[in-house]
Amino acid sequence: MPRTELIDVENLANRIPDGALLALPADRNGVALAATRALIRRRAQGLRILTVPTSGMQSDLLIGAGCVAEVETSGVSLSEYGPAPRFGAAVSEGTIVIRDATCPAVHAGLQASEKGVPFLPLRGILGTDVLKFRPDWRVIDNPFEAGSDPIVLVAAVQPDIALFHVARADRHGNVFVGRERDLVTMAHASRRTLITAEQIVDVDLMHDPAYAAGTLSSFYVEAVAEAPRGAWPLGLHGCYAEDAEHLTRYASAAATPEGFRRYLDEFVFATRAAAQ
Amino acid sequence: MTAYRAEELLIAVIADLLAGCRHVAVGMASPIPGSAALLARHRSGGAMRVSILGDPENTFWSDGGKELFDCAAQGRIDAFFLSGAQIDGQANVNLVGIGDYPRSRPRFSGSFGAAYLYHLVPKVILFRPDHSPRVFVPKVDFISAAGTSPPNVYRPGGPAALVTGSARFSFDRARGGFRLESVHPGNDVAAIRRKTGFDFGEPTTIPTTTPPDAETLALIRGPIRQEIARPYPRFATQLTSN
Repeated sequence: MPRTELIDVENLANRIPDGALLALPADRNGVALAATRALIRRRAQGLRILTVPTSGMQSDLLIGAGCVAEVETSGVSLSEYGPAPRFGAAVSEGTIVIRDATCPAVHAGLQASEKGVPFLPLRGILGTDVLKFRPDWRVIDNPFEAGSDPIVLVAAVQPDIALFHVARADRHGNVFVGRERDLVTMAHASRRTLITAEQIVDVDLMHDPAYAAGTLSSFYVEAVAEAPRGAWPLGLHGCYAEDAEHLTRYASAAATPEGFRRYLDEFVFATRAAAQ
Repeated sequence: MTAYRAEELLIAVIADLLAGCRHVAVGMASPIPGSAALLARHRSGGAMRVSILGDPENTFWSDGGKELFDCAAQGRIDAFFLSGAQIDGQANVNLVGIGDYPRSRPRFSGSFGAAYLYHLVPKVILFRPDHSPRVFVPKVDFISAAGTSPPNVYRPGGPAALVTGSARFSFDRARGGFRLESVHPGNDVAAIRRKTGFDFGEPTTIPTTTPPDAETLALIRGPIRQEIARPYPRFATQLTSN
C-alpha cells in the first residue's frame, strides 16, 4: 500500500469520481460535510450512496444538488429537525433509484465484504417488503437444521470509497475513531478510504496502545485532509455540538426547490472559505 | 386526583408494560418510550438496564451500531419500541411511505432496524400517540416490519402491545390480532372503533386506564424529566410547561 497522502479538502473531493459507490456514516458518527460541499462545488454526478446505516443532511444536500443517481439506505431524515425534504421529493418523483435496507443488513453487507465472503446470513427481515424489493438478497434454508428454517442472506457490498470525518489523524495517516467502530467496518469494506480530520497531530497513534485500539490504521487510508469544523453544521462527538439554529434553517430552506437552491448558493457555492 | 398531562399518562402506561425486563432499548425519535423506560428502571431499583439511542450516558456499546443488533439476535434485549406511519390489524408496520412503492408519496425516512428487531426482541411495544384511521389502516402500503410469521420462521420476538393516545391493546401472535385492554380516561370504545381501520377483540367490560398516581407523577417531573432532557431537550421543556 502506498503511504497515506495529506491533501486539502478540494483535492480530496476531486478524488471521488462521478458514479462512485460512496459509503457515508450516520449523522452523529463523523460526517465529512466540508468535503461534501466541495463535492457539490465540483458538480459531482451519478454518485451512488450507501448510508451506514442511515443518513441525514449530507445525503439530502447531495441529492438536492443533483449529484446522486441511487441511494441504498435504512433511513434518511433530519432527525429532530424533521424529514429530509430533498430525499423525499427525489424518491417520490423517481429522480433517484432507492434501495431500501434495514440497519443490520447494511452492517452485514459491509462485514461480508470485510471478510472477503460473498454474503452473511442474518435473522429477521422475512415477510417484509424490504426483502421483497431486494432481489440481491436471498433466502435459503439453514443447512445446519434438519427441519425448515428459512434465513436471509445479505450480499457483500464493496463501496468504491468510504468518506468520513474524525477529530484526529496523525501525519502518517492513522485515524482515531474511538467508539465509532462502524467507520472501521466502512474502511475495511471499501476499496478506498478518504478522510477529513479536525486536526492532524504530530504523534503516531499506533504507538500508544490506549489509542491504537480505537485507531484505523493508515494501511486502509488513501488520503487525509485537515478540515477544522469539518462536520459543521452537524456535531462531532467530543469536539462540538450540532448547530441547531443552522439545521433548523436548512430544514425549512430545503422544503422547496427554490429555498434549497438559495441555500446552496449561500452556504456551498458562495462561501467557500466560511464553508470550511 | 392530581392533574396530569397526556404524555405523563402514556409514560406511566408504557412503564407498567416494561416491569420485569432486564434490558430495554429505545430507538430514535422516541421521547415518551424513553421516559417510560427510565421510569421503569427507576422502579426496578437498578435491576433494569436501559439503552437510549442518541444518549451517550445510556448507550453501552463500544463496537459500533452493529453491536446493538447483534445483542438483539443473541436475546440480550427484552423490549423495544416501534412506531409507524401506518400500522395494520396484523401489526405490520410501514415506515417507508404512502402509495405504490418505490415512488411513495409522501416518502418517509425508511425502515431503520425495524425489519430485523421485530423478529428478535421478545416484547416490542407499538406506540403511536395520535389515534387516527390514517395511521391504523386495514392494510399497510409497505411492510417495513412484519407483525406475524409462519410457524417455521425463527421468531423469538414480535408485537406485544399497542399504546395510543386513546387506548392500550395487546396482540395475540398465534391468532394474529389486537385486543383492546383498556381505554384512556375521556375516550370510549365506539369512538375508538371509528378511528381504527381494522377490527380488534374486546372484553365484555372494558377497564379505564388507571391514571398515574402522585408518586409516579413526581418521578416523571423530577428525575425522569431531568434524564430525558439529555437526548430530548425540547421534549423535557414541554413536560414542564404546564
